Amino acid sequence: MIHFENVGLRYGMGPEVLRDLTFDIPRRSFQFLTGPSGAGKSTLLRLLFLSLQPTRGLIRTFDRNIATIPREELPMLRRRIGIVFQDFRLLDHLTTYENVALPLRVRGKDELSYRADVIDLLKWVGLGERINVLPPVLSGGEKQRAAIARALIDRPELLLADEPTGNVDPPMARRLLSLFMELNRLGTAVVIATHDLSLMDQVDARRMILSQGRLDIYE
Amino acid sequence: MQQEPQERQQKRPEMRVRPTAPIVPPSNVSGNALMCVIAIMAFLACLTYGAVSMVRATAASWQSQISREITIQIKPDDKLDMEAALNDARDLALTFTGTRDGQIVDRAATARLLEPWLGEGLDLDELPVPRLVVITIDERDPPDFAAMRKALSEKIPQAFLDDHRTWVNRLVAMAETTAWIGTGVLILVFSAMVLTVVFATRGALSGNRHIIEVLHFVGAEAGFVATEFQKHFLKISLKGSFAGGALAALVFAIAGYWQGRSLATPESDQATALFGTFSVGPGGYLGIAATMIVIALLTTLTARFTVMRTIFEIDRIRSDPARTDGLPET
Repeated sequence: MIHFENVGLRYGMGPEVLRDLTFDIPRRSFQFLTGPSGAGKSTLLRLLFLSLQPTRGLIRTFDRNIATIPREELPMLRRRIGIVFQDFRLLDHLTTYENVALPLRVRGKDELSYRADVIDLLKWVGLGERINVLPPVLSGGEKQRAAIARALIDRPELLLADEPTGNVDPPMARRLLSLFMELNRLGTAVVIATHDLSLMDQVDARRMILSQGRLDIYE
Repeated sequence: MQQEPQERQQKRPEMRVRPTAPIVPPSNVSGNALMCVIAIMAFLACLTYGAVSMVRATAASWQSQISREITIQIKPDDKLDMEAALNDARDLALTFTGTRDGQIVDRAATARLLEPWLGEGLDLDELPVPRLVVITIDERDPPDFAAMRKALSEKIPQAFLDDHRTWVNRLVAMAETTAWIGTGVLILVFSAMVLTVVFATRGALSGNRHIIEVLHFVGAEAGFVATEFQKHFLKISLKGSFAGGALAALVFAIAGYWQGRSLATPESDQATALFGTFSVGPGGYLGIAATMIVIALLTTLTARFTVMRTIFEIDRIRSDPARTDGLPET
Protein backbone atom coordinates (compact mmCIF):
# COMPACT_ATOMS: atom_id res chain seq x y z
CA MET A 1 0.00 0.00 0.00
CA ILE A 2 2.87 2.36 0.93
CA HIS A 3 6.31 1.84 -0.43
CA PHE A 4 9.45 3.81 0.51
CA GLU A 5 12.65 3.32 -1.46
CA ASN A 6 15.94 4.96 -0.48
CA VAL A 7 14.06 7.91 0.91
CA GLY A 8 16.11 10.72 2.38
CA LEU A 9 15.05 14.09 3.71
CA ARG A 10 16.90 17.14 4.87
CA TYR A 11 15.56 20.48 6.03
CA GLY A 12 17.23 23.24 4.02
CA MET A 13 20.97 22.82 3.94
CA GLY A 14 21.07 20.86 7.21
CA PRO A 15 22.03 17.23 7.65
CA GLU A 16 19.69 14.48 6.52
CA VAL A 17 17.11 13.79 9.21
CA LEU A 18 15.98 10.65 7.42
CA ARG A 19 18.40 8.46 5.53
CA ASP A 20 17.94 5.65 3.05
CA LEU A 21 14.57 4.50 4.29
CA THR A 22 13.33 1.48 2.41
CA PHE A 23 10.23 -0.27 3.68
CA ASP A 24 6.64 -1.19 2.92
CA ILE A 25 3.46 -0.71 4.85
CA PRO A 26 1.32 -3.58 3.64
CA ARG A 27 -2.46 -3.48 3.61
CA ARG A 28 -4.09 -4.58 6.89
CA SER A 29 -0.73 -4.42 8.71
CA PHE A 30 -0.21 -3.13 12.24
CA GLN A 31 3.03 -1.48 13.33
CA PHE A 32 4.53 0.72 15.96
CA LEU A 33 6.93 3.48 15.02
CA THR A 34 9.27 4.29 17.83
CA GLY A 35 12.63 5.78 18.58
CA PRO A 36 14.23 8.48 20.69
CA SER A 37 13.12 12.09 20.49
CA GLY A 38 14.55 13.84 17.45
CA ALA A 39 15.03 10.60 15.57
CA GLY A 40 12.65 11.72 12.82
CA LYS A 41 9.35 10.05 13.78
CA SER A 42 7.32 13.19 13.17
CA THR A 43 9.01 13.77 9.82
CA LEU A 44 8.34 10.19 8.77
CA LEU A 45 4.67 10.56 9.72
CA ARG A 46 4.50 13.76 7.66
CA LEU A 47 5.91 11.90 4.69
CA LEU A 48 3.34 9.15 5.17
CA PHE A 49 0.56 11.76 5.39
CA LEU A 50 1.68 13.49 2.17
CA SER A 51 2.37 16.71 3.97
CA LEU A 52 6.05 16.60 3.01
CA GLN A 53 7.97 15.46 -0.02
CA PRO A 54 11.34 13.69 0.33
CA THR A 55 14.51 15.34 -0.92
CA ARG A 56 15.48 12.04 -2.54
CA GLY A 57 14.12 8.58 -3.07
CA LEU A 58 10.73 7.28 -4.11
CA ILE A 59 7.49 7.10 -2.18
CA ARG A 60 4.51 5.27 -3.62
CA THR A 61 1.23 5.78 -1.80
CA PHE A 62 -1.77 3.73 -2.90
CA ASP A 63 0.26 2.82 -6.00
CA ARG A 64 0.88 6.46 -6.93
CA ASN A 65 4.27 8.15 -7.00
CA ILE A 66 3.76 11.12 -4.66
CA ALA A 67 6.26 13.27 -6.54
CA THR A 68 3.99 13.34 -9.57
CA ILE A 69 0.56 13.63 -7.95
CA PRO A 70 -1.14 16.93 -8.91
CA ARG A 71 -2.07 19.18 -5.99
CA GLU A 72 -5.78 18.91 -6.60
CA GLU A 73 -5.66 15.13 -6.21
CA LEU A 74 -4.08 15.25 -2.76
CA PRO A 75 -7.38 15.66 -0.84
CA MET A 76 -8.71 12.47 -2.45
CA LEU A 77 -5.64 10.54 -1.31
CA ARG A 78 -5.74 12.09 2.16
CA ARG A 79 -9.33 10.90 2.52
CA ARG A 80 -7.95 7.37 2.51
CA ILE A 81 -5.63 8.20 5.42
CA GLY A 82 -6.79 8.95 8.96
CA ILE A 83 -4.45 10.94 11.15
CA VAL A 84 -4.37 11.65 14.86
CA PHE A 85 -2.31 14.77 15.46
CA GLN A 86 -0.26 14.99 18.61
CA ASP A 87 -1.87 18.35 19.38
CA PHE A 88 -5.34 17.00 18.43
CA ARG A 89 -6.23 19.88 16.11
CA LEU A 90 -9.89 19.98 17.11
CA LEU A 91 -11.90 23.04 16.11
CA ASP A 92 -12.92 24.89 19.26
CA HIS A 93 -16.22 26.22 17.93
CA LEU A 94 -17.52 22.78 16.98
CA THR A 95 -18.87 20.23 19.47
CA THR A 96 -17.22 16.84 19.94
CA TYR A 97 -19.88 15.35 17.67
CA GLU A 98 -19.31 17.99 14.97
CA ASN A 99 -15.52 17.61 15.16
CA VAL A 100 -15.74 13.86 14.74
CA ALA A 101 -18.24 14.20 11.89
CA LEU A 102 -16.07 16.80 10.10
CA PRO A 103 -14.34 14.40 7.65
CA LEU A 104 -17.75 13.11 6.54
CA ARG A 105 -19.14 16.61 6.29
CA VAL A 106 -16.34 17.81 4.03
CA ARG A 107 -16.99 14.81 1.79
CA GLY A 108 -20.48 16.21 1.26
CA LYS A 109 -22.36 13.44 3.08
CA ASP A 110 -25.82 14.02 4.45
CA GLU A 111 -25.87 14.35 8.24
CA LEU A 112 -28.72 11.85 8.65
CA SER A 113 -26.61 9.20 6.93
CA TYR A 114 -23.81 9.37 9.50
CA ARG A 115 -25.32 10.70 12.71
CA ALA A 116 -25.90 7.27 14.30
CA ASP A 117 -22.39 6.07 13.31
CA VAL A 118 -20.72 9.13 14.83
CA ILE A 119 -22.68 8.79 18.07
CA ASP A 120 -21.87 5.06 18.27
CA LEU A 121 -18.17 5.73 17.75
CA LEU A 122 -18.20 8.48 20.38
CA LYS A 123 -19.82 6.09 22.84
CA TRP A 124 -17.20 3.49 21.96
CA VAL A 125 -14.35 5.85 22.83
CA GLY A 126 -16.09 6.81 26.04
CA LEU A 127 -17.38 10.21 24.96
CA GLY A 128 -21.07 9.29 24.79
CA GLU A 129 -21.89 11.86 27.45
CA ARG A 130 -19.69 14.56 25.90
CA ILE A 131 -21.30 14.70 22.48
CA ASN A 132 -22.47 18.31 22.72
CA VAL A 133 -19.45 19.66 24.55
CA LEU A 134 -16.96 22.07 23.00
CA PRO A 135 -13.25 21.07 22.99
CA PRO A 136 -12.08 23.77 25.45
CA VAL A 137 -14.21 22.04 28.09
CA LEU A 138 -12.78 18.56 27.37
CA SER A 139 -9.84 17.11 29.30
CA GLY A 140 -6.62 16.21 27.48
CA GLY A 141 -7.61 12.54 27.38
CA GLU A 142 -11.06 13.37 26.05
CA LYS A 143 -9.58 15.55 23.33
CA GLN A 144 -7.25 12.69 22.46
CA ARG A 145 -10.18 10.32 22.09
CA ALA A 146 -12.16 12.82 20.04
CA ALA A 147 -9.16 13.24 17.72
CA ILE A 148 -8.87 9.46 17.38
CA ALA A 149 -12.60 9.14 16.66
CA ARG A 150 -12.30 11.82 13.95
CA ALA A 151 -9.45 9.89 12.33
CA LEU A 152 -11.42 6.63 12.39
CA ILE A 153 -14.87 7.83 11.41
CA ASP A 154 -14.53 7.23 7.68
CA ARG A 155 -12.81 3.86 8.02
CA PRO A 156 -9.49 4.94 6.48
CA GLU A 157 -7.27 2.45 4.67
CA LEU A 158 -4.32 3.72 6.66
CA LEU A 159 -4.39 5.18 10.15
CA LEU A 160 -1.47 7.28 11.41
CA ALA A 161 -1.45 8.14 15.09
CA ASP A 162 1.16 10.25 16.85
CA GLU A 163 1.38 9.37 20.53
CA PRO A 164 -2.31 8.48 20.66
CA THR A 165 -2.17 7.30 24.25
CA GLY A 166 0.04 10.08 25.55
CA ASN A 167 -2.70 11.82 27.52
CA VAL A 168 -4.78 8.92 28.80
CA ASP A 169 -4.53 6.58 31.78
CA PRO A 170 -3.42 2.94 31.25
CA PRO A 171 -6.94 1.43 31.18
CA MET A 172 -8.03 3.97 28.56
CA ALA A 173 -4.77 3.40 26.65
CA ARG A 174 -5.57 -0.33 26.54
CA ARG A 175 -9.08 0.45 25.39
CA LEU A 176 -7.84 2.72 22.62
CA LEU A 177 -5.28 0.14 21.58
CA SER A 178 -8.01 -2.47 21.30
CA LEU A 179 -9.97 0.04 19.20
CA PHE A 180 -7.00 0.35 16.82
CA MET A 181 -6.67 -3.45 16.70
CA GLU A 182 -10.37 -3.84 15.98
CA LEU A 183 -10.04 -1.33 13.18
CA ASN A 184 -7.01 -3.23 11.90
CA ARG A 185 -9.02 -6.47 11.93
CA LEU A 186 -11.60 -4.72 9.79
CA GLY A 187 -8.93 -3.98 7.20
CA THR A 188 -7.17 -0.71 8.11
CA ALA A 189 -3.38 -0.58 8.18
CA VAL A 190 -2.25 1.12 11.41
CA VAL A 191 0.97 3.02 12.21
CA ILE A 192 1.24 4.17 15.82
CA ALA A 193 4.14 6.45 16.73
CA THR A 194 4.81 6.06 20.43
CA HIS A 195 7.38 6.08 23.19
CA ASP A 196 5.21 3.90 25.39
CA LEU A 197 7.00 0.54 25.75
CA SER A 198 4.24 -0.95 27.87
CA LEU A 199 1.75 -0.19 25.11
CA MET A 200 3.97 -1.90 22.55
CA ASP A 201 4.41 -4.91 24.80
CA GLN A 202 0.68 -5.52 24.76
CA VAL A 203 0.62 -6.40 21.09
CA ASP A 204 2.78 -8.67 19.07
CA ALA A 205 3.22 -6.27 16.19
CA ARG A 206 5.86 -5.10 13.83
CA ARG A 207 8.18 -2.45 15.31
CA MET A 208 9.82 0.22 13.23
CA ILE A 209 12.61 1.79 15.23
CA LEU A 210 14.06 5.04 14.03
CA SER A 211 17.45 6.03 15.27
CA GLN A 212 19.61 8.85 13.96
CA GLY A 213 17.56 9.00 10.79
CA ARG A 214 17.85 5.28 10.02
CA LEU A 215 15.13 2.72 10.29
CA ASP A 216 15.33 -0.80 11.69
CA ILE A 217 12.34 -3.04 11.36
CA TYR A 218 11.58 -5.92 13.71
CA GLU A 219 8.85 -8.15 12.34
CA MET B 1 -44.31 -8.00 32.11
CA GLN B 2 -41.07 -9.44 30.73
CA GLN B 3 -41.24 -7.16 27.72
CA GLU B 4 -41.34 -3.98 29.81
CA PRO B 5 -37.57 -3.31 30.04
CA GLN B 6 -37.25 -3.88 26.28
CA GLU B 7 -40.07 -1.45 25.60
CA ARG B 8 -38.50 1.06 27.94
CA GLN B 9 -35.26 0.68 26.05
CA GLN B 10 -37.04 1.30 22.76
CA LYS B 11 -38.72 4.36 24.21
CA ARG B 12 -35.40 5.83 25.38
CA PRO B 13 -35.03 9.16 23.69
CA GLU B 14 -32.48 9.24 20.89
CA MET B 15 -29.33 11.13 21.82
CA ARG B 16 -29.85 14.69 20.67
CA VAL B 17 -27.26 16.83 19.01
CA ARG B 18 -27.52 20.55 18.44
CA PRO B 19 -28.22 21.80 14.91
CA THR B 20 -24.95 21.53 13.03
CA ALA B 21 -22.86 24.66 13.47
CA PRO B 22 -21.27 26.30 10.43
CA ILE B 23 -17.70 25.21 9.72
CA VAL B 24 -16.52 28.83 9.93
CA PRO B 25 -17.44 30.35 13.33
CA PRO B 26 -20.38 32.73 12.74
CA SER B 27 -19.04 35.62 14.78
CA ASN B 28 -15.81 36.56 16.43
CA VAL B 29 -13.97 39.75 17.27
CA SER B 30 -12.18 40.03 13.94
CA GLY B 31 -15.41 39.32 12.04
CA ASN B 32 -17.25 42.07 13.92
CA ALA B 33 -14.36 44.49 13.38
CA LEU B 34 -14.42 43.68 9.67
CA MET B 35 -18.15 44.36 9.54
CA CYS B 36 -17.59 47.77 11.17
CA VAL B 37 -14.76 48.60 8.74
CA ILE B 38 -16.93 47.61 5.78
CA ALA B 39 -19.87 49.65 7.11
CA ILE B 40 -17.68 52.75 7.60
CA MET B 41 -16.02 52.44 4.20
CA ALA B 42 -19.36 51.80 2.49
CA PHE B 43 -20.81 54.87 4.20
CA LEU B 44 -17.88 57.07 3.15
CA ALA B 45 -17.81 55.71 -0.41
CA CYS B 46 -21.57 56.11 -0.87
CA LEU B 47 -21.48 59.59 0.65
CA THR B 48 -18.65 60.59 -1.68
CA TYR B 49 -20.41 59.06 -4.65
CA GLY B 50 -23.62 60.94 -3.87
CA ALA B 51 -21.80 64.23 -3.20
CA VAL B 52 -19.71 63.97 -6.36
CA SER B 53 -22.72 63.15 -8.55
CA MET B 54 -24.52 66.15 -6.96
CA VAL B 55 -21.61 68.51 -7.64
CA ARG B 56 -21.27 67.22 -11.21
CA ALA B 57 -24.97 67.78 -11.83
CA THR B 58 -24.74 71.31 -10.40
CA ALA B 59 -21.67 72.12 -12.50
CA ALA B 60 -23.41 70.81 -15.60
CA SER B 61 -26.49 72.93 -14.87
CA TRP B 62 -24.40 76.12 -14.44
CA GLN B 63 -22.86 75.49 -17.79
CA SER B 64 -26.07 74.60 -19.53
CA GLN B 65 -28.13 77.49 -18.15
CA ILE B 66 -25.73 80.17 -19.31
CA SER B 67 -24.87 78.67 -22.66
CA ARG B 68 -28.50 78.14 -23.64
CA GLU B 69 -29.02 81.86 -24.44
CA ILE B 70 -27.37 84.68 -26.37
CA THR B 71 -28.25 88.38 -26.16
CA ILE B 72 -28.51 91.04 -28.86
CA GLN B 73 -28.05 94.51 -27.47
CA ILE B 74 -29.21 97.51 -29.51
CA LYS B 75 -27.95 100.91 -28.53
CA PRO B 76 -30.37 103.81 -29.04
CA ASP B 77 -29.71 106.19 -31.86
CA ASP B 78 -31.67 109.21 -33.12
CA LYS B 79 -31.92 107.76 -36.59
CA LEU B 80 -33.02 104.35 -35.32
CA ASP B 81 -36.56 103.10 -34.94
CA MET B 82 -35.87 100.98 -31.86
CA GLU B 83 -38.96 98.77 -32.05
CA ALA B 84 -38.39 97.98 -35.74
CA ALA B 85 -34.69 97.34 -35.09
CA LEU B 86 -35.54 94.96 -32.24
CA ASN B 87 -37.93 93.02 -34.49
CA ASP B 88 -35.41 92.98 -37.36
CA ALA B 89 -32.63 91.78 -35.07
CA ARG B 90 -34.82 88.97 -33.70
CA ASP B 91 -36.00 87.90 -37.15
CA LEU B 92 -32.48 87.98 -38.50
CA ALA B 93 -31.12 85.91 -35.64
CA LEU B 94 -33.87 83.35 -36.03
CA THR B 95 -32.94 82.78 -39.67
CA PHE B 96 -29.74 81.08 -38.46
CA THR B 97 -29.82 77.35 -37.84
CA GLY B 98 -29.20 76.52 -34.19
CA THR B 99 -31.54 79.21 -32.88
CA ARG B 100 -34.82 78.19 -31.28
CA ASP B 101 -36.70 81.16 -30.01
CA GLY B 102 -36.31 84.92 -29.75
CA GLN B 103 -37.81 87.23 -27.18
CA ILE B 104 -37.66 90.99 -27.08
CA VAL B 105 -37.20 92.34 -23.59
CA ASP B 106 -40.06 94.86 -23.62
CA ARG B 107 -39.96 98.32 -22.13
CA ALA B 108 -41.55 97.30 -18.87
CA ALA B 109 -39.11 94.43 -18.40
CA THR B 110 -36.18 96.70 -19.26
CA ALA B 111 -37.39 99.24 -16.70
CA ARG B 112 -37.64 96.43 -14.13
CA LEU B 113 -34.06 95.42 -14.92
CA LEU B 114 -32.87 98.97 -14.26
CA GLU B 115 -35.09 99.52 -11.26
CA PRO B 116 -32.45 98.61 -8.65
CA TRP B 117 -30.16 101.36 -10.00
CA LEU B 118 -32.47 104.01 -11.34
CA GLY B 119 -35.56 103.56 -9.20
CA GLU B 120 -39.25 103.20 -10.10
CA GLY B 121 -41.22 105.18 -12.68
CA LEU B 122 -38.40 105.32 -15.17
CA ASP B 123 -39.20 106.83 -18.57
CA LEU B 124 -37.02 104.99 -21.06
CA ASP B 125 -37.51 107.67 -23.74
CA GLU B 126 -35.61 110.16 -21.63
CA LEU B 127 -32.57 107.95 -21.28
CA PRO B 128 -30.40 106.34 -23.97
CA VAL B 129 -30.99 102.87 -22.55
CA PRO B 130 -30.00 99.94 -24.78
CA ARG B 131 -32.67 97.32 -25.45
CA LEU B 132 -32.22 93.57 -25.48
CA VAL B 133 -33.33 90.61 -27.54
CA VAL B 134 -32.82 87.23 -25.87
CA ILE B 135 -32.32 84.37 -28.32
CA THR B 136 -32.56 80.79 -27.11
CA ILE B 137 -30.16 78.51 -28.91
CA ASP B 138 -29.57 74.79 -29.24
CA GLU B 139 -26.52 74.36 -26.98
CA ARG B 140 -25.55 71.13 -28.71
CA ASP B 141 -25.66 72.68 -32.18
CA PRO B 142 -25.07 76.43 -31.69
CA PRO B 143 -25.42 78.89 -34.59
CA ASP B 144 -22.44 80.46 -36.32
CA PHE B 145 -21.90 83.46 -33.99
CA ALA B 146 -19.38 85.22 -36.28
CA ALA B 147 -21.74 85.11 -39.25
CA MET B 148 -24.64 86.27 -37.09
CA ARG B 149 -22.56 89.12 -35.72
CA LYS B 150 -21.53 90.19 -39.21
CA ALA B 151 -25.09 90.05 -40.57
CA LEU B 152 -26.40 92.04 -37.61
CA SER B 153 -23.79 94.77 -37.88
CA GLU B 154 -24.50 95.10 -41.60
CA LYS B 155 -28.23 95.46 -41.08
CA ILE B 156 -28.29 97.29 -37.73
CA PRO B 157 -24.94 98.96 -36.99
CA GLN B 158 -26.09 99.75 -33.42
CA ALA B 159 -26.59 96.04 -32.62
CA PHE B 160 -24.09 94.14 -30.55
CA LEU B 161 -24.20 90.38 -30.17
CA ASP B 162 -23.17 88.96 -26.79
CA ASP B 163 -22.79 85.20 -27.11
CA HIS B 164 -21.73 84.82 -23.42
CA ARG B 165 -18.77 82.74 -24.67
CA THR B 166 -16.32 84.35 -22.23
CA TRP B 167 -18.55 83.44 -19.32
CA VAL B 168 -19.46 80.12 -20.76
CA ASN B 169 -15.82 79.20 -21.30
CA ARG B 170 -14.93 80.21 -17.76
CA LEU B 171 -17.86 78.34 -16.33
CA VAL B 172 -17.12 75.28 -18.46
CA ALA B 173 -13.54 75.32 -17.21
CA MET B 174 -14.72 75.72 -13.62
CA ALA B 175 -17.39 73.05 -13.96
CA GLU B 176 -14.94 70.65 -15.56
CA THR B 177 -12.38 71.31 -12.84
CA THR B 178 -15.01 70.74 -10.17
CA ALA B 179 -16.11 67.52 -11.85
CA TRP B 180 -12.50 66.32 -12.17
CA ILE B 181 -11.78 67.12 -8.54
CA GLY B 182 -14.92 65.20 -7.59
CA THR B 183 -13.88 62.25 -9.73
CA GLY B 184 -10.41 62.36 -8.18
CA VAL B 185 -11.85 62.33 -4.67
CA LEU B 186 -14.16 59.49 -5.68
CA ILE B 187 -11.25 57.46 -7.06
CA LEU B 188 -9.21 58.09 -3.90
CA VAL B 189 -12.06 57.12 -1.60
CA PHE B 190 -12.87 54.01 -3.66
CA SER B 191 -9.18 53.00 -3.72
CA ALA B 192 -8.99 53.46 0.05
CA MET B 193 -12.18 51.43 0.37
CA VAL B 194 -10.84 48.60 -1.82
CA LEU B 195 -7.53 48.44 0.04
CA THR B 196 -9.15 48.67 3.48
CA VAL B 197 -11.70 45.99 2.68
CA VAL B 198 -9.08 43.68 1.15
CA PHE B 199 -6.65 44.03 4.05
CA ALA B 200 -9.36 43.85 6.71
CA THR B 201 -10.70 40.66 5.10
CA ARG B 202 -7.24 39.15 4.99
CA GLY B 203 -6.68 40.17 8.61
CA ALA B 204 -9.95 38.56 9.67
CA LEU B 205 -9.02 35.42 7.74
CA SER B 206 -5.57 35.10 9.28
CA GLY B 207 -7.23 34.25 12.59
CA ASN B 208 -8.91 31.31 10.87
CA ARG B 209 -5.83 29.70 9.35
CA HIS B 210 -6.02 26.74 11.73
CA ILE B 211 -9.53 25.98 10.43
CA ILE B 212 -8.28 26.00 6.84
CA GLU B 213 -5.46 23.63 7.80
CA VAL B 214 -7.68 21.20 9.65
CA LEU B 215 -10.22 21.12 6.83
CA HIS B 216 -7.43 20.59 4.31
CA PHE B 217 -5.93 17.76 6.33
CA VAL B 218 -9.21 15.94 6.88
CA GLY B 219 -9.60 15.75 3.12
CA ALA B 220 -11.59 18.85 2.17
CA GLU B 221 -10.99 20.04 -1.37
CA ALA B 222 -9.70 23.59 -1.80
CA GLY B 223 -12.94 24.64 -3.50
CA PHE B 224 -15.03 23.38 -0.57
CA VAL B 225 -12.94 25.27 2.00
CA ALA B 226 -13.01 28.42 -0.12
CA THR B 227 -16.80 28.20 -0.53
CA GLU B 228 -17.33 27.86 3.22
CA PHE B 229 -15.27 30.99 3.91
CA GLN B 230 -16.83 32.83 0.97
CA LYS B 231 -20.33 32.27 2.35
CA HIS B 232 -19.25 33.53 5.75
CA PHE B 233 -17.56 36.67 4.43
CA LEU B 234 -20.39 37.37 2.00
CA LYS B 235 -22.78 37.56 4.97
CA ILE B 236 -20.43 39.87 6.90
CA SER B 237 -19.89 42.17 3.92
CA LEU B 238 -23.57 42.32 2.99
CA LYS B 239 -24.47 43.30 6.55
CA GLY B 240 -21.67 45.89 6.75
CA SER B 241 -22.18 47.42 3.31
CA PHE B 242 -25.95 47.50 3.70
CA ALA B 243 -25.60 49.36 7.00
CA GLY B 244 -23.13 51.88 5.51
CA GLY B 245 -25.05 52.34 2.24
CA ALA B 246 -28.41 52.68 3.96
CA LEU B 247 -26.98 55.27 6.33
CA ALA B 248 -25.57 57.30 3.43
CA ALA B 249 -28.92 57.12 1.59
CA LEU B 250 -30.63 58.26 4.79
CA VAL B 251 -28.25 61.23 5.07
CA PHE B 252 -29.18 62.32 1.53
CA ALA B 253 -32.87 61.77 2.17
CA ILE B 254 -32.72 63.87 5.37
CA ALA B 255 -30.68 66.61 3.66
CA GLY B 256 -33.16 66.67 0.76
CA TYR B 257 -36.08 66.82 3.18
CA TRP B 258 -34.43 69.68 5.11
CA GLN B 259 -33.82 71.56 1.89
CA GLY B 260 -37.40 71.00 0.77
CA ARG B 261 -38.79 72.27 4.06
CA SER B 262 -36.54 75.30 4.31
CA LEU B 263 -37.06 76.34 0.68
CA ALA B 264 -36.45 80.05 0.03
CA THR B 265 -34.72 80.61 3.36
CA PRO B 266 -31.24 82.21 3.17
CA GLU B 267 -29.54 79.04 4.50
CA SER B 268 -31.21 76.82 1.96
CA ASP B 269 -30.57 79.25 -0.91
CA GLN B 270 -26.91 79.39 0.00
CA ALA B 271 -26.63 75.61 0.16
CA THR B 272 -28.48 75.26 -3.15
CA ALA B 273 -26.25 77.81 -4.85
CA LEU B 274 -23.13 76.02 -3.65
CA PHE B 275 -24.05 72.37 -3.86
CA GLY B 276 -27.25 72.19 -5.87
CA THR B 277 -30.19 70.24 -4.57
CA PHE B 278 -29.50 67.44 -2.11
CA SER B 279 -31.56 64.95 -4.06
CA VAL B 280 -29.28 62.30 -5.54
CA GLY B 281 -32.04 60.87 -7.73
CA PRO B 282 -32.54 57.27 -8.81
CA GLY B 283 -29.04 57.26 -10.35
CA GLY B 284 -27.50 58.18 -7.01
CA TYR B 285 -29.40 55.48 -5.16
CA LEU B 286 -28.45 52.97 -7.87
CA GLY B 287 -24.83 54.03 -7.36
CA ILE B 288 -25.15 53.41 -3.64
CA ALA B 289 -26.60 49.95 -4.33
CA ALA B 290 -23.78 49.28 -6.83
CA THR B 291 -21.19 50.33 -4.22
CA MET B 292 -22.71 47.87 -1.77
CA ILE B 293 -22.56 45.09 -4.36
CA VAL B 294 -18.95 45.97 -5.24
CA ILE B 295 -17.95 45.78 -1.56
CA ALA B 296 -19.73 42.44 -1.10
CA LEU B 297 -18.05 41.02 -4.20
CA LEU B 298 -14.69 42.39 -3.18
CA THR B 299 -14.86 40.83 0.29
CA THR B 300 -16.08 37.52 -1.05
CA LEU B 301 -13.43 37.31 -3.76
CA THR B 302 -10.68 38.37 -1.34
CA ALA B 303 -11.81 35.64 1.06
CA ARG B 304 -11.77 33.07 -1.75
CA PHE B 305 -8.35 34.07 -3.07
CA THR B 306 -6.84 34.25 0.43
CA VAL B 307 -8.14 30.78 1.33
CA MET B 308 -6.91 29.33 -1.97
CA ARG B 309 -3.55 30.98 -1.42
CA THR B 310 -3.32 29.63 2.14
CA ILE B 311 -3.98 26.12 0.85
CA PHE B 312 -1.48 26.67 -1.95
CA GLU B 313 1.07 27.81 0.66
CA ILE B 314 0.43 24.68 2.76
CA ASP B 315 1.04 22.54 -0.31
CA ARG B 316 4.12 24.56 -1.25
CA ILE B 317 5.56 23.97 2.19
CA ARG B 318 4.92 20.29 1.49
CA SER B 319 7.15 20.46 -1.58
CA ASP B 320 9.85 22.42 0.18
CA PRO B 321 11.31 20.66 3.22
CA ALA B 322 13.31 23.81 3.99
CA ARG B 323 10.03 25.36 5.15
CA THR B 324 8.22 23.79 8.05
CA ASP B 325 6.16 26.79 9.10
CA GLY B 326 2.47 26.19 9.15
CA LEU B 327 2.76 22.42 9.25
CA PRO B 328 0.93 20.40 11.87
CA GLU B 329 3.14 18.91 14.52
CA THR B 330 2.72 15.30 13.54
